[in-house]
Amino acid sequence: MYKSLEEIVSAAEKSSFYEAVLQDDCKERGIEKEESKKQMRAMYEAMKNADDNYDGTLVSASGLAGTDGEKLAKARMEKKLLCGDFIGLVMEKAVKMGESNACMKRIVAAPTAGSCGVLPAVLLSLEEAKGYSIEQMTEALYVAAGIGGVIASRAFIAGAAGGCQAEIGSASAMAAGAVTWLAGGTEEQICHAAALALKSLLGLACDPVAGLVEVPCIKRNVIGAVNALTASDMVMAGIKSYIPPDEVIDAMRNIGRNMPSCLKETGEGGLAVTPTGMQVKEKLPNFMEERK
Amino acid sequence: MNIMDIIGPVMVGPSSSHTAGAVKIGQISRKLLAEQVRQAEIYFHGSFLATGRGHGTDRALIAGLLGMAVDNENIPNSFEAAKKEGLEFTFRGIDLGDAHPNTVKMYLTGESGRKLEIVAASIGGGQIRICEIDGLNANFCGDYPTLIVHNLDQPGHVTEVTSMLAHKSVNIATMQLYRDSRGGNAVMVIECDQEVPRESIRWLEHLEGIEKVTYLSLEEA
Repeated sequence: MYKSLEEIVSAAEKSSFYEAVLQDDCKERGIEKEESKKQMRAMYEAMKNADDNYDGTLVSASGLAGTDGEKLAKARMEKKLLCGDFIGLVMEKAVKMGESNACMKRIVAAPTAGSCGVLPAVLLSLEEAKGYSIEQMTEALYVAAGIGGVIASRAFIAGAAGGCQAEIGSASAMAAGAVTWLAGGTEEQICHAAALALKSLLGLACDPVAGLVEVPCIKRNVIGAVNALTASDMVMAGIKSYIPPDEVIDAMRNIGRNMPSCLKETGEGGLAVTPTGMQVKEKLPNFMEERK
Repeated sequence: MNIMDIIGPVMVGPSSSHTAGAVKIGQISRKLLAEQVRQAEIYFHGSFLATGRGHGTDRALIAGLLGMAVDNENIPNSFEAAKKEGLEFTFRGIDLGDAHPNTVKMYLTGESGRKLEIVAASIGGGQIRICEIDGLNANFCGDYPTLIVHNLDQPGHVTEVTSMLAHKSVNIATMQLYRDSRGGNAVMVIECDQEVPRESIRWLEHLEGIEKVTYLSLEEA
């Protein structure tokens, strides 16, 4: 995988962002382009299946998650959402995927299970709204993977390592780049969209209630998805990130390193230690009780 | 790590460490036992114990012991599947001291009565580590064909094993040696680039001073 976005941009001089990532993958894994593309297409299709298989009646084992995607769908159908139909659809898909994950359904970790709603919410909604081909959506996933790969090499993509900015922040940056690719942005614009998206989520703590991938993770997928779209729109309007994209990723690493461990997926800080969060944790069934 | 770890894997939620990793621990343990699991006494430590129920770690581990993959949609129903396949199990809590927070200890019995004691950890992103086998150290990830030989701590056993591997053209990727005391029980853990033939494993089992041979094959049983 590439160590910097700058490297991808220079490798893309003779081809494109998508092809640079594809070629690097083929070289690294010693496989043919068709094999790599087949696997990536399967990932997109798995995202689609996961979205189709959402079950609005399911509730997670803890009782904390479920049925909210259905509420958003209803409000959207009734045209009650201020954000409008398209953003409404993105929100709905993000929540649905997060809930499916919490309810032990099959999802695609992208880059993680906790942030699995961001990319599909953005990409599936765009495919529905704009009629992009599966081929174009697959290319967009390569762009997202290229950005995610750089973030994984320079910083981290796990909440335990860098907080939620490393999960929802990375997913949002990846989605922003993918959207910008679909919108016809240049290689530089793809990187700047990723930078703007990541900048907006820098410092986000990983503070899940009772240590579960439910509160606040599911709804944070919404902000990750919508933030990707606004970042891409800003860039396509001609706005740039003042801080160069690779430096933004380094800033994320810096913040993650300085973040206390109570805010890195330990369930010992933030929302997890609010009175309500603590109550949830105390009531949660565990294996000791099961013995009785 | 490659880009299919960034976009992917396809998995049953909710957590790569507490769910997908637990499935993988179950799968590898079943392969190490090398037969159908009939009984499993399972002890959860640390974060597995505290949040395992909410993450479906229990169902995931049983699914793995039944041979399901991380994206099998039947993982949530693994308890029912276990009943059908005649796998009995119990869950308890345990304090394993400074072990990795996501650690599980299991006592497995197979259909022929073969027993295996295993300690394994889910170390993040669905990656796992087998930490102990039958009370002795081990340290491998299950991504290679792995040969685990328990022997008496006396001269010559390493040569016997490595000569056999050389003779069968099996290249050693990594090799570790541990013992509990001088002249006591020893173990070698060898990760290989190729599969070790079954007959060579049987041959090893019959050597003087070799107490148990456990083998992780990546080929489908």
